Amino acid sequence: MSRLTPPPSARDHARGPADAPVTLIEYGDYECPYCAAAHPVVAALERRFGHRLRFIFRNFPLTQVHPHAQHAAEAAEAAAHAGKFWEMYDAIFEHRNAITDRDLAGYAARVGIDPAVITDALAAHTYAAHVREDFMSGVRSGVSGTPTFFINGNKYDGDYDVGSLGDAIDGALAAS
Amino acid sequence: MAAKKSARRAAKTKTSPSQRASKPKDVTPHLLRAGTKAPDFTLRSTPDQSVSLSEFRGRPVILAFYPADWSPTCGDQLALYNEVLPEFQRYNAALIGISVDGVWCHAAYSKARNLHFPLLADFEPKGAVAKMYGAYTPSVGMSGRALFVLDGKGTIRWSYLSPMGVNPGADGILAALEALGQETRSAARPAAGAAPRRPVPRAERPEAR
Repeated sequence: MSRLTPPPSARDHARGPADAPVTLIEYGDYECPYCAAAHPVVAALERRFGHRLRFIFRNFPLTQVHPHAQHAAEAAEAAAHAGKFWEMYDAIFEHRNAITDRDLAGYAARVGIDPAVITDALAAHTYAAHVREDFMSGVRSGVSGTPTFFINGNKYDGDYDVGSLGDAIDGALAAS
Repeated sequence: MAAKKSARRAAKTKTSPSQRASKPKDVTPHLLRAGTKAPDFTLRSTPDQSVSLSEFRGRPVILAFYPADWSPTCGDQLALYNEVLPEFQRYNAALIGISVDGVWCHAAYSKARNLHFPLLADFEPKGAVAKMYGAYTPSVGMSGRALFVLDGKGTIRWSYLSPMGVNPGADGILAALEALGQETRSAARPAAGAAPRRPVPRAERPEAR
């Protein structure tokens, strides 16, 4: 029933070839423990499927229960503007319990961005609208919690382990 | 009578994960449908405050019946609605959560999860309002995950019952509000100026507490 709206576009952050037969999209929250647990799973899937898989991450911060999730998402978007989205994405997920504004600026420095870029963007809410757009696209697509995955536009309702997600991706490969 | 019988039947049915995905059998099938007048009720929202449905006349209302406070955070239905609240308010809609939990439980839960909409206690007699709406699930003694969107006149325009373990999300609510908004706008057009309460496009009014 639940289909992804809108489909992947240039506004998304993608890792893997644009013409890969399977696109895996995650709606996630940087402060969500389940998303942090899914982070290495996604990495394992990317290794396993290689060029056959494209991975896209969209923001779905539950800001009222995760006080740092919104800024973490905005910081990653600011990093994207500096061409370092995935580096920042990895850095934040690897330090889920330490993502205050100060920590985020520190990770920026570590991935080679001027920390001021991040702090300025957070202060000006430069990427707040982009994050909210991601969030609402998730809501409209039937995302009800994090992480939620879509495989080639179809909502995936199974478990978040490498085996289960891998089987679903195998199925999508077979169908493509 | 029929309701009682099926409830008894439902009580005997156990849910298996495979059943959950299909048509749920353990939930009462008598959910009030679109076109029905929403039964009025008064329930406590805090230890010393009550809320009546009729107070919301003139604006759309979302009734979200749910089984219990304190379900896991990340997949939590109310945490999601809390985030989507500004969108609901764009339609001038009021969101009300209802479960069989008592007011003190609601107060603690609401505070812990930073919820910005009222939770009503369908506590005594237990589940009476959920029963009126056909949302009560006797086998577990809680309400099912039932959603209702009411128009400004208090008529149910959309209802949906999600399997107990499945968060229904907010897409259905938003679609219902959108349909309602379009209808209200086109209906209000000929009598422009006369309409005392037109749909407010932005969140100009704070959510009722």
